[in-house]
Amino acid sequence: MSGLGLSVRGLRKAFGTKVVLDGVDLDVPPNSSLVVLGGSGSGKSVMLKCILGLIPPDAGQIIIGGQDLARVSRRERRALLDRIGMLFQQGALFDSLPVWENVCFKLLAQKRITRRAARDRAAEVLAQVGLAASVGDLWPAELSGGMQKRVALARAIAAQPDIIFFDEPTTGLDPIMGAVIDGLIVDCVQRLGATAVSITHDMASARRIGQQAAMIHQGRIVWTGPAATLGNTGNAMVDQFARGEREGPIQMELRR
Amino acid sequence: MLLVDLLAGIGRPVLSGCAAVGRVAIFAAVALSHLVRPPFHARQFLRHFLEIAYFSLPVVALTALFTGMVLALQSYTGFARFNANAQSAVASVVVLSMVRELGPVMAALMVSGRIGAAMAAELGTMRVTDQIDALSTLATDPIKYLVTPRILAATIALPLLVLVADILGVAGGFLIAILKLGFTPATYLDASWDVLRAMDVISGLVKAAVFGFVIGLMGCWCGYHSRGGAQGVGQATTAAVVLAAIMIFGLDYVLTEAFFAR
Repeated sequence: MSGLGLSVRGLRKAFGTKVVLDGVDLDVPPNSSLVVLGGSGSGKSVMLKCILGLIPPDAGQIIIGGQDLARVSRRERRALLDRIGMLFQQGALFDSLPVWENVCFKLLAQKRITRRAARDRAAEVLAQVGLAASVGDLWPAELSGGMQKRVALARAIAAQPDIIFFDEPTTGLDPIMGAVIDGLIVDCVQRLGATAVSITHDMASARRIGQQAAMIHQGRIVWTGPAATLGNTGNAMVDQFARGEREGPIQMELRR
Repeated sequence: MLLVDLLAGIGRPVLSGCAAVGRVAIFAAVALSHLVRPPFHARQFLRHFLEIAYFSLPVVALTALFTGMVLALQSYTGFARFNANAQSAVASVVVLSMVRELGPVMAALMVSGRIGAAMAAELGTMRVTDQIDALSTLATDPIKYLVTPRILAATIALPLLVLVADILGVAGGFLIAILKLGFTPATYLDASWDVLRAMDVISGLVKAAVFGFVIGLMGCWCGYHSRGGAQGVGQATTAAVVLAAIMIFGLDYVLTEAFFAR
């Protein structure tokens, strides 16, 4: 397995008159881990959905593994997307399927594995995220938030993707469980040798899982740099965001 | 100026209605195109077929039974006013009404309330919890996986349910005719058989297949495109049932015209 590089050039997306992405440029080298920071409504999730092909962008290029998603054939696009894993903010586990089928969904859907083998594979991947094999027989509704996140992580890595996207992986978790999930993400990404792109507004999580960080504000990338320097970057916007300060260049739109 | 505003006021909803019809038609065409393009999700189809055909059986059966009973009673009291040959008239009305009209329509309305609503609610919840997006990221076409099996299952299951509804509806009429109205069983059955033609049954089953398709399509369409959390899912569920019911009545007329108008 080798990670896929990602480049985004001039990505634009508007919903009616509301411009959400206003020319996003981003580079993620293969086998690296980038964290994209940004406040609520800054366009993080829309950017991710555009990259994953869930929302068509209005303009711009998305290049994964050297291939421009807009210029490849349908078959090539499917093959490319096949090498992608995704962890959704709320897990997005399928309620109607038991955990083991959730974990091996992609492998089963593509008939790359028999149902019997899928159970074994699910147990193996669940072990990688610290869950017992017996969890495979439970239903998503029977799991706690932290367990659901781990199962979602297991599902994201089960098909051994080359690039994995994480949408706010620690949202809704207590700090300890958040740290556990971050640790699992780092372990899994390293084990797979994959590229990782995470979006978050959790500073502790960003420092733990990111090598590089980028900040998106009002639909543009306003800063990129090492994740370790967050809070002390010299960029007033990033430092205000990292420290969670009310005063600074970022003004929240509050109506009184 | 007033005229322009008036025309704009009429034109806007008409155009938006036409656009919606077009979008539904494209959605249906895409869903149907997956019937001939592998991979096929047979497990999904069987799950929904069982849910529709087997678990809807009690509600459809009870509805049909009571409808047949009421029909026999009402038609008897009606014909008695005209001193008509009540025995053969009641048998004819019950069997033709059930097989041609009431069996398909009542079963479709029951299934729409039970299954169309459930489809919309399930897909709507999947939409607002990112499960449909998750399917796409897992290299699975959401329409192929979620919509096509449901529409196919509803289209095949409803004629089977209607067959049961027809039999139970006629049986309900027979019970009332024999136990309450004092008709002779053999004469009643003979009168029923004499009036029934193969086309009566076939038209009812064709109607049922069309209604099943409509129920599956509207349930999936409304759920698949729902937005806005719990409220959006609720609206999608209501819309699925209401739109399916309206389309069932409209198509019922069209199909009746096609089959029986001379």
